[in-house]
Amino acid sequence: MKEYALILVSTILVNNFVLVKFLGLCPFMGVSRKLETAAGMGLATTFVLTLSSICAYLSNAYLLAPLGLEYLRTITFILVIAVVVQFTEMVVHKTSPLLYQVLGIFLPLITTNCAVLGVALLNIQEQNDFIESGLYGFGAAIGFSLVLVLFAALRERIAVADVPVHFQGAAISLVTAGLMSLAFMGFSGLVRG
Amino acid sequence: MLTAIIALSALAGIFGLLLGFAAVQFRVEGDPVADQIDALLPQTQCGQCSYPGCRPYAEAIAAGEAEINQCPPGGEAGVRALAELLGREPIPLNAENGVEKPKALAVIDEATCIGCTLCIQACPVDAILGAPKLMHTIIAQECTGCELCIPPCPVDCISMVPVKETVENWKWPYPDAPAPLAATAERVESEQSSSPVAA
Repeated sequence: MKEYALILVSTILVNNFVLVKFLGLCPFMGVSRKLETAAGMGLATTFVLTLSSICAYLSNAYLLAPLGLEYLRTITFILVIAVVVQFTEMVVHKTSPLLYQVLGIFLPLITTNCAVLGVALLNIQEQNDFIESGLYGFGAAIGFSLVLVLFAALRERIAVADVPVHFQGAAISLVTAGLMSLAFMGFSGLVRG
Repeated sequence: MLTAIIALSALAGIFGLLLGFAAVQFRVEGDPVADQIDALLPQTQCGQCSYPGCRPYAEAIAAGEAEINQCPPGGEAGVRALAELLGREPIPLNAENGVEKPKALAVIDEATCIGCTLCIQACPVDAILGAPKLMHTIIAQECTGCELCIPPCPVDCISMVPVKETVENWKWPYPDAPAPLAATAERVESEQSSSPVAA
């Protein structure tokens, strides 16, 4: 039980995918302009990351490893992720139009999110088992959502702040992201791993 | 090598089947009435009906939230076609949404244009070509004549030029949707004046 809690804390805070591992930066900069879109993106990513992490683990454990095809991991995982995203979109569209409206365009966008592929590959590297893989993906997604929402809130404040001309726009956003990353470095040492 | 090819092909095949199955199983039925209404609307995307485009207006009509007389570009003929489709009585156009005008295309006076790109952002059908500080021009084939580009222009260099009927764009009027009343009256008048003793 303890190691599961450790995995969650580790992925959410200590080894945060965005601010410490620097994965998934494009949605981090792209959809963090408004709090609502950031929350929608976070929700969709959580959904897809957990599911694709488990599916990638299954395809690795039951298809690639027995056949000795580990070198095909990357392409297989890309395939799995794309299918999971597509399938999820169809099911959500049919079963829950409300959720579909909330997630909207973000769902297909996640296919190209490198954090999703990163989680799938890191799962193998860390030799996580089935439950650990799921938790790892879930934790990574929660960490991503947390940082995305925090950053969106910051950017909403920055939008009305008096920023020097040369720092306006992307520059101040990146500076802010850097400072946030520094702050998250403070969590290292909280958990080993 | 062969295992790899077979395994990956099999995986891709299974995923393809899964997605194909899901596409059939989880197909979302669009609103067929809204589709039919949308087909009758002129697709100018002008927003004069107070909805953000033709499709939202069609959905509003289908849901019973909007009247059928809010589309000035469609004109009386459009209202009549909608009334026939929905089995209602035709009603005159709502003047609040605007008046019916002959079809026109926007034309940019390229000498006056300052290249501010405001009209490009306003165009609902991407019919304006241009870049910042370079003059813009309108792609005539794409323009729906919605006039949305006129208010944002800071130098008033866009004007609406009515489309004349030429040999290239003339076509037979649709049998079910009679031509707009004004045009019909005009044609009858001109026929009468040109050949008063036809009978």
